Amino acid sequence: MTSLADTLARGHRIAGHAPWPRSIVDAETWQAAIARLGEWTLSGLWGDTAFVHMALLDEPNHQLAVVSLDCAAGTFPSVGAKHAPAIRLERAIHDLFGLVPDGAEDTRPWLDHGRWGLRHPLGARGEAPALPSYPFLDAEGESLHQIPVGPVHAGIIEPGHFRFTANGETVVRLEERLGYAHKGIESLMTGADLTRAAKLAGRTSGDSTVAFQLAFARAAEAALGIEAPPRAHWLRGLMAELERLANHLGDVGAICNDASFAMMQAHCAVLRERVLRAADSCFGHRLMRDVVVPGGVAADIDLLARESLRALVRTMRKQFAPLIELYDNTASLQDRTVGTGILKPPLARRFGAGGYVGRASGRAFDTRRDFTYPPYDRLTFEVPLLDEGDVDARIRIRIGEIEESLKLIEQIVAQLPDGAIRTEPPVRAGEGISLVEGFRGDVLIWLSLDENAHVLRCHLRDPSWFQWPLLEAAIEGNIVADFPLCNKSFNCSYSGHDL
Amino acid sequence: MRRLLFQGLARPPLTEKIEADTDAELALMAAKLDRAAQKALGRSLSIREIDAGSCNGCELEIIALTNAFYDLERFGLKFVASPRHADVLLVTGPVTRNMREALERTYRSTPGPKWVVALGDCAIDGGIFSTSYAVTGSVASVLPVDLHIRGCPPRPSDILHGLLALIEPPKPPELTQP
Repeated sequence: MTSLADTLARGHRIAGHAPWPRSIVDAETWQAAIARLGEWTLSGLWGDTAFVHMALLDEPNHQLAVVSLDCAAGTFPSVGAKHAPAIRLERAIHDLFGLVPDGAEDTRPWLDHGRWGLRHPLGARGEAPALPSYPFLDAEGESLHQIPVGPVHAGIIEPGHFRFTANGETVVRLEERLGYAHKGIESLMTGADLTRAAKLAGRTSGDSTVAFQLAFARAAEAALGIEAPPRAHWLRGLMAELERLANHLGDVGAICNDASFAMMQAHCAVLRERVLRAADSCFGHRLMRDVVVPGGVAADIDLLARESLRALVRTMRKQFAPLIELYDNTASLQDRTVGTGILKPPLARRFGAGGYVGRASGRAFDTRRDFTYPPYDRLTFEVPLLDEGDVDARIRIRIGEIEESLKLIEQIVAQLPDGAIRTEPPVRAGEGISLVEGFRGDVLIWLSLDENAHVLRCHLRDPSWFQWPLLEAAIEGNIVADFPLCNKSFNCSYSGHDL
Repeated sequence: MRRLLFQGLARPPLTEKIEADTDAELALMAAKLDRAAQKALGRSLSIREIDAGSCNGCELEIIALTNAFYDLERFGLKFVASPRHADVLLVTGPVTRNMREALERTYRSTPGPKWVVALGDCAIDGGIFSTSYAVTGSVASVLPVDLHIRGCPPRPSDILHGLLALIEPPKPPELTQP
């Protein structure tokens, strides 16, 4: 069996692509790489003006590589035809660049709803033809009915359309239609300087603003061949864990609220607010937006802030423990969560599902451990893992991660090194890639800079790309009324996916 | 569960007093609002939130309004599930072209009298996304906007001040705890 390194060796290795290698390969090697998907994990698939790029993970060997295929003719051999997780990524590539995945079965548009006034905004822009109405997939059988939901939902949530086909109360098929939040972020990236590009990255998915800006900063630093100062790494880790903590707390409450258990929501929301206020007092912004910048961080914390973070950890431990107990002892709540929305482990593995979605379905993957970066290489933490794959398992993974994040915050506050918090990034060309663990899972950013350190191409891959399709699988056979519960337990990002 | 409930009874509430607002811009806008708004709405306001393509940051802070610290329902403000029940549409995001029709249809489904609040920097002028092919650029380019609340995202206290401007006389805002 060829290794990832062998596959790369068969192509033309790009010098200066950091920290993981990239090669331009021929169609044959491209096909050979596709054949290995399933064993290797597809971590990203994105277009460029005359190329398609595919990021591959060899998880057991902790290797990552990018293979690129020249598609000057405007087509490339479809990955989605053999490996389903790539289908939506290919549809997006076609919408944005006009590149055609050769052999793809599903050729419907994905992000392009026929309303931009142009087509292929990142490729050769052209006049937009009127698009036919979007054909949803069929479901055949007696007594089936359809329920359309969205894009405007009943709660305070992002826009997206869900088309349910149900038999009575039971969901036979769910099909998602996304793209409503498409803002053209990758188009705005092109030509942007590092400051503006970092801001755009931080507005890709608001709940993961630290994770995205961290991923962008790391990609930029890799491209420019610099390293942030040690103290900056630790402060970034601190912010990433505060973000994870806040999101998990909010979601544990919200999932329980979707099972009509409002008390949990009320208590978790208070804890979440305390975390956001601590973040605000330490870094000057409740969501810590625009604090992680290429070269380091833009805000430092003093001894007083460190003491307040210690106090925060103490309060969280004290107040969260009775909530776990409450969850454990409320049978009516568990009646809704246990056995609901099961995602089977083989599917989670095949799609490379990141974060709590994967870890609740047996996929032991966490970039903080498996593709480690500072400060996590110096910290001690566990990665919780379960096999059940139901709503309950996803809640329990989050509970476990809350406890781990508290431990991490404690360690960071205790061991925070002294020194500078930022180095000025040099102005030069380069290519970089990064993989960072957001609360939702692994965020991948690929960045190419020109000699003025302006962005030539930046691709931001939210973990939701590989989680949204799994929600369709997890809801099958459940009742319609359990959809909000399942959806919230996944909590995929609409904006991060739609870009 | 019983223990938590008893604790809730014994402890003082977390809910905070909202200080009178000093934002000159907001005060000016509130003053311009038709007095009819305050007259028609009295002390009750039903809000339908619409995400017209935000990054979801604004949504997080809107949701925060329902926590015990801000407790927006004490002011008679509440979020409703349908535009047909709403007095106010609270719109976030730069209004993506893919969301424009849905936003317009939601507005048409809302019975009058109705008011539109554009929340967040993107909703006001498209923010960092303003030059994109995929956005219309502001809520005001699609709907008549009555009030803007700035921020990226605005803090919950700022959102609360903005919304209260719809139901309270602008100066002085006599906000007391229940």
